[in-house]
Amino acid sequence: MKKLAFLALAPLVLWFALPAQDFKGEISKPSTIVLAVPDFRGSGNAQQLMGVFNLTLWNDLQSSGLFKLVPKTSYPLSVPQQPTDFVPNPGQGQNARGRALSDWATSPVNASYLAFGYGGAQGNVLVLRGWLDDVTQANTSQAQALGKNYTASADEGGAHKVAHDFATDIITLFGGKSLQGTHIYFVHRDSQASPKEIWVMDYDGSNQHAITHFNSISIEPAVSADGTKIAFTSFAKGTPGIFVFAVQPTVRDLHFYNQKASVNEQPTFTPDNSQVVYSSSAGGRCCRIFIANLDGTGFRPITHSTFIDAEPKVNPKTGAEIVFTSGRSGPQQLYRMNNDGGDIERLTDGTGEAGNPAWAPNGQIIAFSWTRGYAAGKFNVFTMDVASRRYVQLTHDEGRNENPSWGPDGAHLAFASTRTGSSQIWTMLANGQEPKQITTRGLNERPVWGK
Amino acid sequence: MFTNRKLSPILMTALLAVAAGCHKHTPVPAPPPLNPGPTSTTSGGTDNTSGSGTLGGKPTIAQFSAEPTTIQRGQASTLRWEVSGNATSVTIDQTIGTVQNSGVRRVFPSDSTTYTLTATGPGGATTSQATVSVIAPVAPPPPPPENPGMGDNGGSLGSRVSSLQDVYFDYDKSDVGGEAQSVLAQNAAVLKGIFASFPNANITIEGHCDERGSAEYNLGLGDRRASSVKDYLVQLGLPADKLNTISYGKERPQCTDQNEACWQKNRRAHFASGQ
Repeated sequence: MKKLAFLALAPLVLWFALPAQDFKGEISKPSTIVLAVPDFRGSGNAQQLMGVFNLTLWNDLQSSGLFKLVPKTSYPLSVPQQPTDFVPNPGQGQNARGRALSDWATSPVNASYLAFGYGGAQGNVLVLRGWLDDVTQANTSQAQALGKNYTASADEGGAHKVAHDFATDIITLFGGKSLQGTHIYFVHRDSQASPKEIWVMDYDGSNQHAITHFNSISIEPAVSADGTKIAFTSFAKGTPGIFVFAVQPTVRDLHFYNQKASVNEQPTFTPDNSQVVYSSSAGGRCCRIFIANLDGTGFRPITHSTFIDAEPKVNPKTGAEIVFTSGRSGPQQLYRMNNDGGDIERLTDGTGEAGNPAWAPNGQIIAFSWTRGYAAGKFNVFTMDVASRRYVQLTHDEGRNENPSWGPDGAHLAFASTRTGSSQIWTMLANGQEPKQITTRGLNERPVWGK
Repeated sequence: MFTNRKLSPILMTALLAVAAGCHKHTPVPAPPPLNPGPTSTTSGGTDNTSGSGTLGGKPTIAQFSAEPTTIQRGQASTLRWEVSGNATSVTIDQTIGTVQNSGVRRVFPSDSTTYTLTATGPGGATTSQATVSVIAPVAPPPPPPENPGMGDNGGSLGSRVSSLQDVYFDYDKSDVGGEAQSVLAQNAAVLKGIFASFPNANITIEGHCDERGSAEYNLGLGDRRASSVKDYLVQLGLPADKLNTISYGKERPQCTDQNEACWQKNRRAHFASGQ
């Protein structure tokens, strides 16, 4: 457990280092936590659910980005199912391998931690007993980092749930933030000619369903920091206008008041969830950045350019700073300013076209899309440390890659990519590793990730 | 209690023998029996048959109504519902979502709308519908057309609007160039004839973009294109209050090929009949 206290700091370094390691040479690569996660078995009726459980547990731990998971093929033959399965002197031979902690800490496994346990069904309740042991310890009494029972319904949904719960406990133990329970809002259409509606899904692509049924063009979703509201742009009433919906506990139109303008678009929330910042052509040529109350009243302009100012995003940590896209110097580039419109500075270097800024939860790094180094329209996802303006390219011309949005864990990004031939939602780690496609049906774009 | 990834019966027998020798507990080939502790509290939670004598049947929708059933656009109607029996979920479509078993909700449909309430229970789902009819505010009847034959070209409003030519733009630009100016001069003459023949007609100028810029930025660019065209036509003497603008950005492309010919087609202002 002493070792755990030290290890708990490692993911914090990792979390910041994912995008930052290329900005600042002094941050060394963090030591990775090496996990062995053998398949759990189930007694009786639970056995048929363990396939789902094992796959879900593995995927959750893998996609957290916190761990290196040792391939199952290098595990010893004997897999413990509970702590008493470890014996001090298991003896020699193939079948004894695995019964000592050190069998997991040494070659070929070389793990630092082992997740183990088993499932059982009691009536219609699935009980999962899960442990996590530090296999570098000399004896089992000091090895246990986690030991807990998880219960859920004895069906596939229950198997998913106990796997998510166990994975969450392991991720939390190492200072990571679980994505379980988070949602991704996005724009869906069935085919090229279909209306665009706002949809929502769980972070892993499950439970996809429509929020709007306007049968129109509904785009540019944003989610409030507390996860209870979304805002978006829709043509439902004619010209593009802003809608604010409550989404929890039930979906409800909050009837945002749109000031008279040919376009009101790209709403985003202030971090205290009390105001909406957006882009509008009100009072002149498109577009200036405006701020208004949650119901659309009390609007006033923040910028005063005669060019296009669009896609405002308020710093989630300070609330005092806004990044946005502007055509004031030519092709669209990223800018920052104070939330009163002062101290406007360009962030991108004037090459290519840049857009879609999104703040990381730490309020220091943005993700965005940029055509730098490619032909017009060939967008790739980049991250940038706003203070130093050092940037990192995360995708490399695998189709169009746009609209990055940070996961609440600050370690993942959702984005839209056309790399499979159609626009779909993908996630990846904030260093570009582990890209994963999470939508497949219809055409999907513009993800935003919230609670 | 140990398992092997490849459990051979011989190995298991051997393990059993060893364990029996220890005489500690009776080994079984499956994982160990479970601690019953955590599950005992859950048994009361599974409410599978309600006490109301519905025999696990579908929930009953005692009421689902809209009052009034006919409204003028902009007015509210009130939905009332009451579900009895064993309902695990009660939802109403049209973006209302999950609701309590009974309740009241004010709705402001802009067009006639049928709301469907779905009450789902262990025995299945029951649905009920309520329709709110929306009538447009009463408008004065349109004046009779003035001598349809007298307009410069004649023909219906639709055919004359469709004779208006698209105006094209350079990449990331919204200014009306030389070629666009001569097109707009021709369009202005047609538009004057249209407004003379159809005094109530409105024209919408749509701004469109090619697919290369970001969708967000293009919504702004399309707006500037439509506004540039409108301003130029107003300079040529057309009435500003009869020319509406709308930007579609790159949401409604004319074509979807990835070459300059197609991109140029999409960088345009297009004329359509207003309402």
